[in-house]
Amino acid sequence: MSMRRKYLAFAIGICLFSGSASAQSTIDHFGVGRNATTDEMAKYFSIPPSGAGLPPGSGTAKAGAAIFANTCAACHGDKLQGNPAKGIGGDRLIGGRGTLASKTPVKTVESYWPYATTLFDYIKRAMPFDSPGSLKDDEVYSLVAYILSEAKVIKPSETMDAKTLPKVEMPNRDGFVPDPRPELQLYR
Amino acid sequence: MNSDDKVVYDDKARHMAEQMVMAEQRHIAQRLQEDCDCKDGMFPRHVISSRRGFLFAAGSLVGAAGAASIARAESPKAPPGAVLYDVPDDPTKVQGRPVADESYGTRSQFETEVRMRYPTPNENTSWSLTPLGKGLGNITPSGLHFERHHGGIPTIDPARHNLLIHGMVDRPMTFSMADIKRLPSVTRKHFIECSGNGLTEWNKPTMKTVQGTHGLLSTSEWTGVQFATFARETGLKEGAAWVLAEGADAAVMTRSIPMEKMLKDALIVYGQNGEAIRPEQGYPLRLLLPGYEGNTHIKWLRRLQVSDKPFMTREETSKYTDLLGDGKARIFTLDMEAKSVITFPSGDMKLPGPGFYNITGLAWTGRGRVQSVDVSLDSGKTWYPARLESVPEPMCTVRFSFPWMWDGKAAVLQSRCIDETGYVQPTLKQLIAIRGDNGPFGSVYHLNAIQSWAVSAAGDVTNVHA
Repeated sequence: MSMRRKYLAFAIGICLFSGSASAQSTIDHFGVGRNATTDEMAKYFSIPPSGAGLPPGSGTAKAGAAIFANTCAACHGDKLQGNPAKGIGGDRLIGGRGTLASKTPVKTVESYWPYATTLFDYIKRAMPFDSPGSLKDDEVYSLVAYILSEAKVIKPSETMDAKTLPKVEMPNRDGFVPDPRPELQLYR
Repeated sequence: MNSDDKVVYDDKARHMAEQMVMAEQRHIAQRLQEDCDCKDGMFPRHVISSRRGFLFAAGSLVGAAGAASIARAESPKAPPGAVLYDVPDDPTKVQGRPVADESYGTRSQFETEVRMRYPTPNENTSWSLTPLGKGLGNITPSGLHFERHHGGIPTIDPARHNLLIHGMVDRPMTFSMADIKRLPSVTRKHFIECSGNGLTEWNKPTMKTVQGTHGLLSTSEWTGVQFATFARETGLKEGAAWVLAEGADAAVMTRSIPMEKMLKDALIVYGQNGEAIRPEQGYPLRLLLPGYEGNTHIKWLRRLQVSDKPFMTREETSKYTDLLGDGKARIFTLDMEAKSVITFPSGDMKLPGPGFYNITGLAWTGRGRVQSVDVSLDSGKTWYPARLESVPEPMCTVRFSFPWMWDGKAAVLQSRCIDETGYVQPTLKQLIAIRGDNGPFGSVYHLNAIQSWAVSAAGDVTNVHA
């Protein structure tokens, strides 16, 4: 940056010196937009696998079961089996382990999702479908705990919070490979 | 590959496929009903080629035989985007419509092409396909651009819409729409293709029309500001390698994009084909990543968060990853590879008889420009160079055409795209050999195989695996 500024200062100098009126090409910043405030940035979240940005609070599978029954089961089924009915179309959430290499792979949170943090992020972000983003952080932690517990990824007694959630090891954590395309086999 | 016994559909997938086929049939039936006799001849498939025959058919559809005016009177609905006017016998003998003081304009009442929704159970998280079969030139009309929404189409007041850029930047900043429009802009033509385009076609030919097989592809002229311009305003911290883009819809859609791409050619666009982008396309602001899979072009863009690592959002882990035959899944499969399709003649059309036809279609690649396009009339045994109708532009479709004197014998038409990297569009067999054919729809995403249309001796065109 400093090199660039020096260059620009030099350019401005030339322009002034030569009396040119076309000094606008030397604008360093456009001066458009404003500095974002801390409050403004705090409204948003995106939770990466490290758990950075996970809010305070906690939840258990027991609390989650009650919330799920009231808020989620209509679309995702009372046994988390999903609901393909017209107007609903909620994904199946559990089961399917060991099916990914079969003729009928079943992709669920349990069998496919590599990170538990994604579950927290997505529920807090976009669920429930008819009232997205309406859940409190404790409720989100509880639902995550309930789904992971039903998926037998964690024990029913485990509490989910900012510390424990990033440590959860998902069954398909190592199931992903980088994009190898263009595929070398096509150059034969 | 053609045999049904190799295709394993679970209940959900079978339901989806059946619904899809039914939706397409409804769409075709609707089109026939709305079609006018001006389309006498080549397409669509079921229109009887004599005027008299058509009138009879149209009459029978509404339960009454008779003159065209009667048939129309009983179905006076204008096609979407059109207004129905009386048609004079001789337009040179009466005044036409006056110029309105203020107007937006409509298309001809004789043009009936519409998008077709994929029948997902939920209409808010669904998609619609562009009617490529009747497309002309290179640009998709904005109102026919394919759609994919995960939480419906939001209504956003641009006066209240901002773009926040924060994370690993020197100066976190907020830009209003007015701010963004003050910045230096660029205008470029690019295609957008959903990586799920053709997902029903891996294991067997499922959809009848090119709208069904390839309709998640559209091309527009986009206007906006390079991400690089914003990056110089905010500064980028050492180690910044990814950018999370977030939409302001009910899905609050998020994807992580490599910084390399963002600084290479990412655009923050507000213009589409000479006007503000459509609500379905992200009004007032969307991310445009030339050549990347459609889902990454975040619509209703409100936030960019610069980071050292990807965020592993739901869409980039549980969706938009390519499950292979061995149970492993490819992640961050962002490039759309070279692809082409013949749009005329294509599935469900009918050729009236032997003679000359101008075969035409679209070719595109996410890795630069289209170098050339070949056409085959014998299922890929022999290839001939096609003519490109315009100079190929980077990450943009190009229309190709090929003069064909049909001898009236059965033929299988194919096209293949070669891009400027030398990559040649593969066959379906080649792709399945690499990726496997597990699951109801195979590996679902990134099907860029050569498409085959069979033309029967009777002139019927059908979707086949050949």
